[in-house]
Amino acid sequence: MTDSKSPDLAAIVVGGSAGALEALDRILRALPSTLPVPIAIVLHMLPGRPSGLSALLSDRTPLSVKEAEDKEPLAPGTVYLASPNYHLLVERSRTFSLSVDEPVLFSRPSIDVLFDSAAEAFGAALCGVLLSGANEDGAQGLRHIGAAGGTTVVQAPHTASSPQMPAAALAAGKVDHVLPVEQIGPLLARLARTAPSSAPLFAEARR
Amino acid sequence: MMSVARSDAEFEHLFEAIFERYHYDFRRYAEASLRRRVASALVHFGCASVPALEERVLRDPRTFTELLRFLTVQVSDLFRDPPYFRALREEVVPVLRTYPSPKVWVAGCATGEEAYSLAILFAEEGLLERTQIYATDIHPESLRSAQAGVYALDRFARFSENYLQAGGRASLSQYYTAEYSSAVLDRSLKKAILFADHSLATDSVFAEMQLVSCRNVLIYFERSLQDRALGVISDALCRKGFLGLGLKETLRFSTHASEFREFVPDARIYQRL
Repeated sequence: MTDSKSPDLAAIVVGGSAGALEALDRILRALPSTLPVPIAIVLHMLPGRPSGLSALLSDRTPLSVKEAEDKEPLAPGTVYLASPNYHLLVERSRTFSLSVDEPVLFSRPSIDVLFDSAAEAFGAALCGVLLSGANEDGAQGLRHIGAAGGTTVVQAPHTASSPQMPAAALAAGKVDHVLPVEQIGPLLARLARTAPSSAPLFAEARR
Repeated sequence: MMSVARSDAEFEHLFEAIFERYHYDFRRYAEASLRRRVASALVHFGCASVPALEERVLRDPRTFTELLRFLTVQVSDLFRDPPYFRALREEVVPVLRTYPSPKVWVAGCATGEEAYSLAILFAEEGLLERTQIYATDIHPESLRSAQAGVYALDRFARFSENYLQAGGRASLSQYYTAEYSSAVLDRSLKKAILFADHSLATDSVFAEMQLVSCRNVLIYFERSLQDRALGVISDALCRKGFLGLGLKETLRFSTHASEFREFVPDARIYQRL
């Protein structure tokens, strides 16, 4: 772990609910397979509509996509999804933990739980992204990421199909970047110090 | 929520102090969840800081008992994760049947839902009479409520659904009596279960088992403690005995992985080699 003032980005965490899948799809397409950091994602899904998500996203990105397992170390270039009905947390040893603790803001997995724990684990070397969503989960977590020195990104509410989640984040505290979804992927690629894929279409064609 | 335990030293001190005074060992629990739980406890007890909580817990054993609830208690369901119980019924029970008197251990039983689910399953398979179920936990209050076998009646709609999906052969209502807003589980089920205090963090093997069910318990431990607990479980199991984990748990990252083979991979049921 580095103690310098602006450490290299070590991880990205993403949260969203209603309308976030489309946004996530566009973001992942803009990221190169050589992305040097892990991405951990909590999407609220309808109960009983489980794990098709990782297969769905795998088709859209050259990054490897999987459900995060308990005690699994975070590996660069990998997209980790929270499993339905479990909270996903990051330990300071930079491994995942799961929990079946009570839902937070009616949500399990909860974005706040992932964001809070990742902020503890990565401090300033973390980037948190909050996308479209229809409740306020994630707003406090994103604030904590900012408070720990991390970079915060929110999908511009007017571009989100459900603006409540991004709006709650903006109301909760200062956010570094408020962007339409097509600019979020390229920003993440820059923050991770890699060349962004030139265009989503190219990323698709390359496969 | 998160302003807690900014200082690691304070956090560690709390659990060292608890271990010394009360012999409960949370020192190697997975930290991220534990921090959230301590954060809720601070709010609940109206303590401004971790040292303030520590001071109170050390002074007053009742506060400690109450804190234990924040640190340990899990809410589960009867027949939670029906595919797990279906796999036990279809794949594991036929093997257990070959033992004259199978022993089953629910490690980390919380308020007893899992132990009773197994008792019902074994009853329906005609095995309960000759099966001994041990159900252990570290939280005395949970054990008491597990022993009572009384659950809120409004939870039983979901329990019944689980039960049927798990391959239940009758109707769940056969196994309880409704009293006002509560359901009291049948005495014959309780008779088959021995509830006892046992810690996977500090205690050792107490009997040889044919099946250990330890679901969503190890996820709260950090790796070294998981390995310790799995060591105890592995030692407790007879050769070809079974281990059931939670549906999102795996032995893959454990030092004990080589002592087991996957038996029903999707249901996370392993078999001791």
